[in-house]
Amino acid sequence: MENIREQEEIKALGKKVKIDIDGLEYEVPEGMTILEAARMFNIEIPSLCYLKDINEIGSCRVCVVEIEGSRNLQASCVYPVREGLKINTNTKRVHRARRSAVTLLLSNHHRECTTCIRNLNCELQNLADNLGIRNIPYSGEMPDYGFHDNNPAIQRDYNKCIKCRRCLAICSKIQECNVYTALNRGLQTVIAPAFKKDMNDVTCIMCGQCVIACPTASLTEKESINEVWQALNDPAKHVVVQTAPSIQVTIGEVFGMPLGSFVAGKLVASLKRIGFHKVFATDVTADLTIMEEAHELVERLFKTPEKLPLLSSCCPAWVKYAEHFYPEFLPHLSSCKSPHEMCGALTKSWYANKYGLDPKNIINVAIMPCTAKKYEAARPEMGTKDFQDVDYVLTTRELARMIRQVGMDFKKLPDEEYDEPFDQYSGAGVIFGATGGVIEAAVRTAYKIVNEQEMDVPDFEDARGQRGLKYAKVSLDGKTITVAIAHGTGNAKKALEMFKNGERIFDYIEVMGCPGGCVGGGGQPILSARDYKKISLDYRHNRADALYNVDDTKKIRRSHENPRVKQIYEEFLERPLSETANKYLHTTYIKRGKFPYLESET
Amino acid sequence: MEIEIKKNNKEKYMQLDRVIERYKQQEGMLIRILQKAQEIFGHLPIEVQSYVSDRLDIPISTVNGVVSFYSLFSEEPQGKYTINVCMGTACYVKGSQEILKTIEEELHIREGETTLDKLFTIKVTRCIGACGLAPVITINEKVYGRLSPSDIPGILHTYIKTNKKAAIGEEVKA
Repeated sequence: MENIREQEEIKALGKKVKIDIDGLEYEVPEGMTILEAARMFNIEIPSLCYLKDINEIGSCRVCVVEIEGSRNLQASCVYPVREGLKINTNTKRVHRARRSAVTLLLSNHHRECTTCIRNLNCELQNLADNLGIRNIPYSGEMPDYGFHDNNPAIQRDYNKCIKCRRCLAICSKIQECNVYTALNRGLQTVIAPAFKKDMNDVTCIMCGQCVIACPTASLTEKESINEVWQALNDPAKHVVVQTAPSIQVTIGEVFGMPLGSFVAGKLVASLKRIGFHKVFATDVTADLTIMEEAHELVERLFKTPEKLPLLSSCCPAWVKYAEHFYPEFLPHLSSCKSPHEMCGALTKSWYANKYGLDPKNIINVAIMPCTAKKYEAARPEMGTKDFQDVDYVLTTRELARMIRQVGMDFKKLPDEEYDEPFDQYSGAGVIFGATGGVIEAAVRTAYKIVNEQEMDVPDFEDARGQRGLKYAKVSLDGKTITVAIAHGTGNAKKALEMFKNGERIFDYIEVMGCPGGCVGGGGQPILSARDYKKISLDYRHNRADALYNVDDTKKIRRSHENPRVKQIYEEFLERPLSETANKYLHTTYIKRGKFPYLESET
Repeated sequence: MEIEIKKNNKEKYMQLDRVIERYKQQEGMLIRILQKAQEIFGHLPIEVQSYVSDRLDIPISTVNGVVSFYSLFSEEPQGKYTINVCMGTACYVKGSQEILKTIEEELHIREGETTLDKLFTIKVTRCIGACGLAPVITINEKVYGRLSPSDIPGILHTYIKTNKKAAIGEEVKA
């Protein structure tokens, strides 16, 4: 077998080679894998453990092909093409090998498809269907490997794990949290955290990227749907719901709409039909977050420069990452709660007062693109002794399930408006959902605070796009500040290491835990099951572009111009960073370290 | 340093520090360090693995993956004598299953477990390269070959006897 490590170098040369797939000739870049080459020409080679650029290990043997001159079948996901290669993807031998690989997996899989959370959205199920497996002649041992869900966000069903290692790859290569490992060997192998601890006891940041990567239901979010139904059916409760900016551009995908469809109106309509009393936009409190964070930035720039760089804190996964891996940077984190927590705190104080409601009877449900937000909502800092600010967090996927339970035709719903007083928001609040959005929004406002004039819009193109780590410079009152934008905590690590080494100086770093920001969040719809192209995570572009389009069409594009934000300050908070603002909108952090399980044991 | 070290273990951790200091700069020394750590501590408890992970800046998941992969490493305390039963192809064909069964019955424990008096641990190993002597077991460093199940009680008895003598000897000294 060829040396795969040389692949990158060959790619860089850009040399083209002629290959033959199923009797037809194609020209492809040398060194590309057979699988990628075939997919370039829409030749379907099934795959299972493969995750483009992330997990290319050729272990599941589902993508095998026949190569002329090679005695054995080869895994196409790791086999580079070369001049004159003759490949057969459609022979009896190939079909038999693929079928027996999947049949063996199924023979040891807990096949409870009809009640499974990934039913009709499972790569293994889909593959079995595509390969036409109708009968499983062997019965596996099916040992009980257990089930872990001792945390608020993610549950792990070891019995549904097919050991593809995609979770392990994304967690260690992209997020660099290194939660998973392969324990034991041979048939006893389990992919689990060290010592098979629960996610709560290791350096898991609850980002849910492993959930997105998992082809089966071995990793899923911990559902809160039933609790929400219960609250909705309780006449004593006033149930409000808030939706994160990115939900407006992703929920449509679940119902067959094109990627990046903007469906805010239908989203509101569906939530009202489900029975929520009020539907709020988290975008409003995103504007509020910007007000607070921009003032924090200005204060640190001109008064406490030792607390620079300012690190954004609106992503709970990133906050937890910092608590585990960079406790020395905790004083640099903005003390702002994330927007949905601000919304929760305000509904149970300002809103409750204004509308004469008892905060104990208000249930705040947040629709988030995120599993980490479930964890964040359960943090003891996020509430008072009587209640949590946000009671339940539902992922985009869970909301889609609720909509299906009610039986609505989402595409045909009318467009409806968000409810007062969390209804009007600026374009700055919307772009929170994409990487770079927070900094762009905060800079728009900081510019106004310092320079006392408005920044031109569009103003900060440098911050956009899907590059992992971006840098930009902005001038604030003659002072040039350097910002960095990282998405995927692995990139945040790079930025912080550069800062620590003195390689680069930053004044402000925005970090989004998930690649692409919230549009690529761990609670977003999983699209990979029926369409392998989505596995490559390219869909983030469409979703992010949709958010920027909303921003473009908004009349109000800066957080400080949002009339609702002005109203909240006038009626309740007085001014940014005031005492009341500190009480309701700001929080504290804990040092957690790399070995949290050692503490929980003693 | 977040890992709390118990007072009675300080000496052992200092020994481990010396090992880590010696091999730290070279790459691929994790297994070597873990081997030495096991020699020092007798086994590799969670704290020791975490300590190694912290000192080498290697994620604990990686360390634990390595420890659980190799049958050489043990996360549980081991008996004074570790009995390794070879399950390589040659030994298997020559009836090592029966040997294992006899040892398990004699000691009233299963493979992977340790007797209550902490004297014996039974382990199963892959081929140890003494196929000519199949079936083979090793007890600590000593190799026993061409075994039949009837040899087992005698072999185990010699260990029990020497251990008793040693214990009595210590008592006399005291």
